[in-house]
Amino acid sequence: MRELRVTPIKNGTVIDHIPAGLALKVLKILGIGDAVTSTVTVAMHVPSQAMGWKDIVKVEDRELGGRELEKIALIAPTATVNVIRNYNVAEKRPLALPDWAVGILRCANPNCISNVREPIESSFVVRSKNPLRVVCKYCDRELEDIVSHIL
Amino acid sequence: MSSFRGRDVLSIRDFTPADIQLVLRTARKMVPIATGEKRSRSLEGKILSTLFYEPSTRTRLSFESAMARLGGRALGFSSAEGTSVQKGETLADTIRMVEAYSDAIVLRHPHEGAARLAADFTEKPVINAGDGAGQHPTQTLLDLYTIWDEKGAFEGQNVVLVGDLKYGRTVHSLAYALAELGAHLTFVSPPTLEMPAEILERVKEKGLSFRAAHRLEEVIREADVLYVTRIQKERFPDPQEYEKVAGSYRVDMEVLRDAKRGLIIMHPLPRVTEIAPEVDRTKHAVYFKQAFNAVPVRMALLDLILGDGV
Repeated sequence: MRELRVTPIKNGTVIDHIPAGLALKVLKILGIGDAVTSTVTVAMHVPSQAMGWKDIVKVEDRELGGRELEKIALIAPTATVNVIRNYNVAEKRPLALPDWAVGILRCANPNCISNVREPIESSFVVRSKNPLRVVCKYCDRELEDIVSHIL
Repeated sequence: MSSFRGRDVLSIRDFTPADIQLVLRTARKMVPIATGEKRSRSLEGKILSTLFYEPSTRTRLSFESAMARLGGRALGFSSAEGTSVQKGETLADTIRMVEAYSDAIVLRHPHEGAARLAADFTEKPVINAGDGAGQHPTQTLLDLYTIWDEKGAFEGQNVVLVGDLKYGRTVHSLAYALAELGAHLTFVSPPTLEMPAEILERVKEKGLSFRAAHRLEEVIREADVLYVTRIQKERFPDPQEYEKVAGSYRVDMEVLRDAKRGLIIMHPLPRVTEIAPEVDRTKHAVYFKQAFNAVPVRMALLDLILGDGV
């Protein structure tokens, strides 16, 4: 008998093909744990034909927007995002890294003007997408350890 | 070549080699005006704001002198004390206010990226006069002017950068610009103060090779330009270690015994002990001339940005 590990959802978003082990980082990006009013299902280390192992995150009653998708693209560019309406895939939202990462990363340089109280958003130019390399628009430093600097 | 009128000067990387050559040629024409031999009114009626959030007497005075020599006026402050910054005003707001009072803004600020932020908040040209450990493009331009003026060209010159290459901000921008202009670079530093990998990568991107050494004696024979920087005491937890390291990079007559006759020695100043006073009397020493060059180079920039010429 086929075992159903993750049940279908009626409305919401399914983020599939997350590289194994990164589901918790995706939850952090989605702000899960703060003020979430719907059900979130996480499957970790699931067999995948294409990837070997993968993670899946399902968020009920919520459709993801631009910045959330950009943040997910930063850590899991291979993930797929499907919007579910009435149990059907209503929309596949493409995950594309922008040329500029605006307002989604914090500069690691404590002396950078973007870490001071000024009316600006952080801004990084994406110098390379694979491997991912970003450079702060303001202090011109390359950001190491991108994942832990997601806002 | 890009047009200079109204443009920002934020990083030396915004300058093409043709831009740099234009600044250098213009600076040479400015020398008789900078010394007071000739007079110019080319910036009459123009006002320059000099906003110095941290003191830098040499940079501020040379900008103000440059503006005055061209018939313009300068206003501003020389430290954040006593200004609205202390009341908590953001840099963005200060810039929006100052924009109304002047035609261009010179900014010195302790935070990296401050000049780029300022440029985003004003239509007026912003000149970066040093942002924390970041860029100081007008210093680079006056260093380049000094080399060009003394040696006539960049291509094929053996330029040795010695001292603190890790934290010394002037050497980072200079290395980048010299690589772009075709000079051969040699980096001499203690192992703990080597040129950061990021800068080396950018030099390599220009398709140029460079050498790294730990001892000055190994490279002095071939040097055409020796650019000396200060090794700061606070970089060393152990004062004895500092004395030892600093002593081994000291330029004196003994070190210069095998040097080329035409070698020039530069230093952004202030120096402490890294160049012996006896060297001052030799033809090699150009560091005081380099300090004077700040005025014609900044005049050239101001005239290109604000003037009706070029």
